[in-house]
Amino acid sequence: MTPATTPETAPAPTPASAPVLDVRDLGVSFGDVPAVRGVSFEVRPGEVLGVVGESGSGKSVTASAIMGLLPSSARVSGSVRLHGRELVGARDKELNALRGRAMSMVFQDPLSALTPVYRVGDQIAEAVRVHQRVTKEQALVKAVSLLDLVGIPHPAERALAFPHEFSGGMRQRAMIAMAIANDPDLVICDEPTTALDVTIQAQVLEVLKKARDETGAAIIMITHDLGVVAGLADRVLVMYAGRPVEVGTVDDVYYRPRMPYTVGLLRSIPRVDRGAQRRLEPIEGSPPSPAALPPGCPFAPRCPLHVAACDEAEPPLFETGPGHLAACIRWEDEAASEAGEEPRSPEETEAAEEPEAAEEAEEAGEAEEAGEAEKAAVPRGEPVLRVEGLVKDYPLLRGAVFKRRVGTVHAVAGIDFTIREGETLGLVGESGCGKTTTLLEILELARPQRGRVVVFGHDTARLGPAERMAIRRDMQVVFQDPLASLDPRMTVHDVVAEPLRTHGLRDTGRRVAELLTLVGLEPAHAERYPQDFSGGQRQRVGIARALALEPRLLVLDEPVSALDVSIQAGVINLLAALKARLGLSYLFVAHDLAVVRHIADRVAVMYLGRIAEIGSVDAIYDAPAHPYTQALLSAIPLPDPARERSRRRILLEGDLPSPADPPSGCRFRTRCPKFRTVLTEDERVLCVEAEPDVLPVGEPAGDQGAACHYAEKLDVVQPRRNSR
Amino acid sequence: MTLPEEEVAEELTPGVPGRGPRRAPSRGRVVVRRFLGSRQGAAGLAVLVVMFLLAFAGPLLSPWSYTDRDFTAFLQPPSADHWFGTLQTGADVYAVTLRGMQKSLIVGLLAALVSTALAALVGAFAGYFPGWADRTLTWVTDLLLVLPAFLILAIMSPVFGEGTWALFVLMLALFLWMVTSKIVRSMTVSLKRREFIQAARFMGVRPVTIIFRHVLPNLSSLLIVDATLNVSAAILTETSLSYFGFGIQPPDVSFGTLIADGSKTAVYAPWTFWFVAGLLVVTVLAVNLVGDALRDAFDPTSTRPR
Repeated sequence: MTPATTPETAPAPTPASAPVLDVRDLGVSFGDVPAVRGVSFEVRPGEVLGVVGESGSGKSVTASAIMGLLPSSARVSGSVRLHGRELVGARDKELNALRGRAMSMVFQDPLSALTPVYRVGDQIAEAVRVHQRVTKEQALVKAVSLLDLVGIPHPAERALAFPHEFSGGMRQRAMIAMAIANDPDLVICDEPTTALDVTIQAQVLEVLKKARDETGAAIIMITHDLGVVAGLADRVLVMYAGRPVEVGTVDDVYYRPRMPYTVGLLRSIPRVDRGAQRRLEPIEGSPPSPAALPPGCPFAPRCPLHVAACDEAEPPLFETGPGHLAACIRWEDEAASEAGEEPRSPEETEAAEEPEAAEEAEEAGEAEEAGEAEKAAVPRGEPVLRVEGLVKDYPLLRGAVFKRRVGTVHAVAGIDFTIREGETLGLVGESGCGKTTTLLEILELARPQRGRVVVFGHDTARLGPAERMAIRRDMQVVFQDPLASLDPRMTVHDVVAEPLRTHGLRDTGRRVAELLTLVGLEPAHAERYPQDFSGGQRQRVGIARALALEPRLLVLDEPVSALDVSIQAGVINLLAALKARLGLSYLFVAHDLAVVRHIADRVAVMYLGRIAEIGSVDAIYDAPAHPYTQALLSAIPLPDPARERSRRRILLEGDLPSPADPPSGCRFRTRCPKFRTVLTEDERVLCVEAEPDVLPVGEPAGDQGAACHYAEKLDVVQPRRNSR
Repeated sequence: MTLPEEEVAEELTPGVPGRGPRRAPSRGRVVVRRFLGSRQGAAGLAVLVVMFLLAFAGPLLSPWSYTDRDFTAFLQPPSADHWFGTLQTGADVYAVTLRGMQKSLIVGLLAALVSTALAALVGAFAGYFPGWADRTLTWVTDLLLVLPAFLILAIMSPVFGEGTWALFVLMLALFLWMVTSKIVRSMTVSLKRREFIQAARFMGVRPVTIIFRHVLPNLSSLLIVDATLNVSAAILTETSLSYFGFGIQPPDVSFGTLIADGSKTAVYAPWTFWFVAGLLVVTVLAVNLVGDALRDAFDPTSTRPR
């Protein structure tokens, strides 16, 4: 099946052409605090430069400095030349003539980047008319053709719509259309896909590639996602503490990194193509505050290769290879250690890991296969949570005084799953698929609208207050945003002690100290407030609170999605270690499939309030059977340039249908590539008329189940791997 | 403001092993420590204590009581005999001022506390419990908002005789809390959706406990500012009521009656006015200082010196 896939061509920009943008020694400081220091790079026509870094590393400030969009309180030094024209210190009028015409920008949040009170078409036409002498009609025609170019269906009609009538992905496409309206030579994209779901992200990245091909513009792609850069960029600039620490071609940086920070980043990303058995390697500590940089190399306090010389002076960028620069005095050691080891090209690394990992995976898989399905002979442990046919509707109300019901949102439309003792179930899906609603319904411990929720053998519909309290003790929750889930007015001690006090413990001091040690914090931290901590530490406080009562089931709502990659790995490892040590069961809700692969034993994929596919992690990731799972998995960018270029992506068309008005029959059929291209007319009738149930797939019928009439296993993550 | 705080912190932090279980650094302790550590809070508190001492112990120092009349000295400037001078009636200004301060301090502080507490409770419960609790409480709030407070207080004034000051305080408070309560209610509604409240709910914390442990502390900035403003508002309401002859009845006096009388003679006999006015200003200032320091102590984000 080959729906809408575009095999990536390895782009090799001709270095002969003059650079579009030449940045030399750019520095930006706010007051006395340097935000960006010594950034130098150049971008040639048609080239994509990826700028990668964690939050606070100065990526966005660099972009704003190039565009001249910094507030007047910022001091900019160095030089930024666009086609040889100096932009630093240029007058606003000059910059205005260039902005939008010679260079343009795509922002992270597409909702706030479009004016809500004007039609989308008019806004694009305005971008055209600012720089080109054309009539209103001509500009509108151009706007419609631009919308068509970025893949918006029925562009003439959609041009008349207002921004709020567009979905997030469509808004971002409109932003790209606006950015390329005047054939700019340079497009700066500041985290253009961060706010989008993976399948939409894949669509938008395709549009960006197409835009690059159409206009021949250079693209600066700013992102924290190493996967996105791997597939799109030609060269990569890694930033840390306001300064570039490694620059090079995408292959150099990913396969032959010379800066320990880059190495650490690459090792700490959870990858959808690698199983849970491989422990992530987090980078110790957290990034320095720009106001208090350590002397010498800013990365030294976190660096595994740290020697005394590192603290003496900030290392300059060493030329470690042709066009490859790294800011580390020990780059030669890094190169030598790499040469000593197996050459670290991806296939070979994996080949080395393969036997072990595959074996373990097989064992786990077998154990699961043996124990799955309640009718199976060998039970795998008591079920701690069972959800049967859970349904949750929200009424859509209209009217201020007399509310009348105008519709129903079917947030959760009948789902079943079981979590057994010591097991982790990952519940994944895009935003709006009902995973958070499911989680809240379980946590409420009340009678569900329809269906049953059974926790530790107790049906929630028949719970007395005392029983409910007892279950609350055994079931705890960790929320997504660690700052929002900790009361800002309480000290860490009070936060962690709250569950203890609620369930009748008086002397909490000692236990709190124990818990903080357990999650890798210091007991002396107890009297600080949550905002005195970094994101990763806050999430550890949240986990300590959840563990206070030694629960048996932990419900995790996107516990790492608000954290930076290097920190995220530490929290994931902590969760895995705690599970092994305390025998916990997890319900792990996430939209990031790579994270789920690392932590979960089984995974359930949700689509529009229904479970599309459920099964053991290895089965689902290696051979997904539902077309939606296949598309979802193929949409996740891998931090591996060679593989990313050769991958074939299953692009889903359109957006998630409204849960207030789901399609008849199979909910996925409106976007299903299989329905559209593979099935015959007769076969489609079944999809339109009957809603598929989750049925076992594969031979022999094991753990894996898919809600598709025509389920068929397919390896989409990588061709040729895991040859069991 | 930072130095003493750090010193205190250092005393407390070292968890020397073998010194028994360390005292748990709960919020209460941290707030008290931070409040006392701030210079303006300590100063404000000290001034308030001095004012109370002056109001209640001060009259013992003077031979004159507030009911006495010195028929040998009408409207005399301050002297060794009459420290603050005398009024037209021959009353000793020192004695009547302190007597007025007793009344005003108690009325002002108590009315402010009662009204803010009422606002916090009604608002938080209305916001946290949707349904009939919300509807009833909102209805009562709206009803009190439309009642003409001044008129009712004026009509009830004959009741406020000797010894019923508590009733007067309650009535004053009853007409001060509604607007704040509406703000508290809407803030509670939005707070209730925050994850830390949800976390507490799923932990099994009882709703009333959540209100006192999570909702009200997070509104403390608003409530403290409101309480400090209410002190002035209560004193001023009492003052204006007394000015019109309601409120505190003669022969008893309050700041209100004194300022009302004194303002007539302020130009040619300044001592009849300025002592009272000065003490009123100092009182309100001290209350504001305490309020500011309390707010900073409760608010963990205000630690850093600006």
